[in-house]
Amino acid sequence: MEQIYLDHAATTPMDRQVIDAMLPVYNEVFGNPSSVHSFGRKARQLLDEARRTMAKSIHANEKEITFTSGGTEADNLALIGTALANQHKGKHIITTTQEHHATLHTVEHLEKQGFDVTYLPVYENGKIAVNDLKEALTDETIIVSIMYVNNETGIIQPIEEIGQLLKEHQAYFHSDAVQAYGLLDIDVKDMGIDMLTVSSHKINGPKGIGFLYAAEDITINAQQFGGEQERKRRPGTENVVGAVGFQKAVELAMENKEERRNLYLNYKNLFLTELEENDISFEINGDHESALASIVNISFPGANVESLLTNFDLSGVAASSGSACTAGSVEPSHVLTAMFGENNECTTNSIRFSFGLFNTTENVEAAARRVAKIVKRLTS
Amino acid sequence: MKSNKDIRVVVGMSGGVDSSVAALLLKEQGYDVVGIFMKNWDDTDEFGVCTATEDFDDVVRVCNQLDIPYYAVNFEKQYWDKVFTYFLDEYKAGRTPNPDVMCNKEIKFKAFLDHAVSLGADYLATGHYAQVRNNDGHYEMLRGVDDNKDQTYFLNQLTEDVLAKVMFPLGHLPKSEVREIAKEHGLVTATKKDSTGICFIGERNFKEFLGEYLPAQPGEMSTLDGIAKGKHDGLMYYTLGQRQGLGIGGAGDPWFVVGKNLKDNILYVEQGYSNESLYSDGLVATDVNWINPDIIQDTFTCTAKFRYRQKDSAVTVTLLENGKVNVVFADRERAITPGQAVVFYDGEVCLGGGTIDEIIKNDQALDYVG
Repeated sequence: MEQIYLDHAATTPMDRQVIDAMLPVYNEVFGNPSSVHSFGRKARQLLDEARRTMAKSIHANEKEITFTSGGTEADNLALIGTALANQHKGKHIITTTQEHHATLHTVEHLEKQGFDVTYLPVYENGKIAVNDLKEALTDETIIVSIMYVNNETGIIQPIEEIGQLLKEHQAYFHSDAVQAYGLLDIDVKDMGIDMLTVSSHKINGPKGIGFLYAAEDITINAQQFGGEQERKRRPGTENVVGAVGFQKAVELAMENKEERRNLYLNYKNLFLTELEENDISFEINGDHESALASIVNISFPGANVESLLTNFDLSGVAASSGSACTAGSVEPSHVLTAMFGENNECTTNSIRFSFGLFNTTENVEAAARRVAKIVKRLTS
Repeated sequence: MKSNKDIRVVVGMSGGVDSSVAALLLKEQGYDVVGIFMKNWDDTDEFGVCTATEDFDDVVRVCNQLDIPYYAVNFEKQYWDKVFTYFLDEYKAGRTPNPDVMCNKEIKFKAFLDHAVSLGADYLATGHYAQVRNNDGHYEMLRGVDDNKDQTYFLNQLTEDVLAKVMFPLGHLPKSEVREIAKEHGLVTATKKDSTGICFIGERNFKEFLGEYLPAQPGEMSTLDGIAKGKHDGLMYYTLGQRQGLGIGGAGDPWFVVGKNLKDNILYVEQGYSNESLYSDGLVATDVNWINPDIIQDTFTCTAKFRYRQKDSAVTVTLLENGKVNVVFADRERAITPGQAVVFYDGEVCLGGGTIDEIIKNDQALDYVG
């Protein structure tokens, strides 16, 4: 039985070209970019090139890119780093109830340090309302952190409007763009984004690397201490080979953005059509028109997440749902709870399918047929 | 006949050594083994830590060692409704319930079995020390060969159609050998301590735990003849035959709980391990389940256990109406306790069991046992 991967929002397979870009670095470039000799310079050169590629991809300059170990670290650095460095301007932070835990648990930590956090509500369409943000802003607000695309529903948030609104406000606008980056056009200057989180492994790059864009004039307190790397914002010997792989992944994503959008959207539509043709009753969570091409979150009335996911996996279809609790058992999704309220059936019967590089027309169709068969069996 | 690789066996995995070895043995026999962790109780503390986290982590490690898929399933709601509510109701009624019997009946071998079947399982396996035997088309449950570990007492409510879908891979092994197998294979759970006591209470203080859910009503302690002997902390904290925690000092033999008066909230105590009031010569049980009802006669002799790990006693069983039975002891028994299970055996075969409801002495139901 062919195993079919429909969980590209969790992580993606590496592109062959990414691996090919990394292998020579493994073989030939081992120097420490901080070293003052030819070995070090060689590594530094690669790192600088990678950084330039990152910067260009979001219309930033290269000094504004800090490499991190991934999205979680970038979120932590952005939120804690700027909160601590700017608390003299106020101690108020605004975020949303549907953020990734990398954001939610970080602001919870800041709450314990004496910061005030406002959590904007999320509506059934899966979006926050800019008006709610307007009303929540105070003179004390120093950070607004709103994800670009929700990782569970794929719903794109009104980032440009938020950016416009905040241009007149002291608060820094941070957006976790881990899901959006690679498929959507992002111009941080134009959009008024002050900080942006990006992760490599979501765009067919290697794991263990990501970056934080932070506009040049922002003061950030480092969260770890050591050498002078990353302009002291993120000490530690750099992951050069990771940066090179990440660079290749970014280049490919930028070159093929539109083509990928169309391709992934086709997969998604094909998947949904196949479900419909099999007479499966399902509902798409959130405003489907506002969803990222690659993600769909589907509620299957009468089923439950644990049975669905376990059955899917045993039949070779890999998908996922909201956050798994540490004991492995699936807790109601905090995102769907934010949208539909507690105890709404769809918080425990919804599955996220996300499409990408692994997929073909054939395997998407095959997966949809397997899914349909299981849903029928579990709900009949 | 299907070969083992086409037979899917879902193993209920707790993160303990028994279920780990059960999965290992099935895997070695070539079955299509799937490990599933059940989460029945939320004891997440203020730091977000729950014991299930560590147990599931062990399940993950063992399953990865065995190269079998693993999943979790959450039955917190069913457990609360079917097991915990019963547990509290029994304590409220002054009895001493056995939640493990109810958990096996309602959760492990019902909700969990249904879940396993929905995953295409042909069998559900657990690490219980018991055996299933197909006797000419009839599924019987036999004691585990390790006398000291036999768990049929807790499984007495299983029915034949359930047993037809169940495997107990450890039933023929002594516990020491199970640990040995785990060690040989380097399973992370090989030296893990066995869980003790009631699963959802764990290592916590039982009295404190119960007090969180039921209001304790302290009252008088007295002998059956009404001689005051001090105060008790709440009837639910005591079980018949109990010696510890009474706080009665003085000369002579130690004191024991012999009964409860719910109406007046009095705990009865008497002196001496062999005090006459602790003895009885029969009982009436309710909710009796017979694993193979066809072989049960209206009146028959067999052996019975009244508590886990007790030796068997000879009894005569007479069926009454509404799933009740009358049980007469060959020799009088001490401290038979309402709420506990009575489980019947014919040699190695577990016939079934029920819940002890009334205690009989001289053809009369004892009125002082609660």
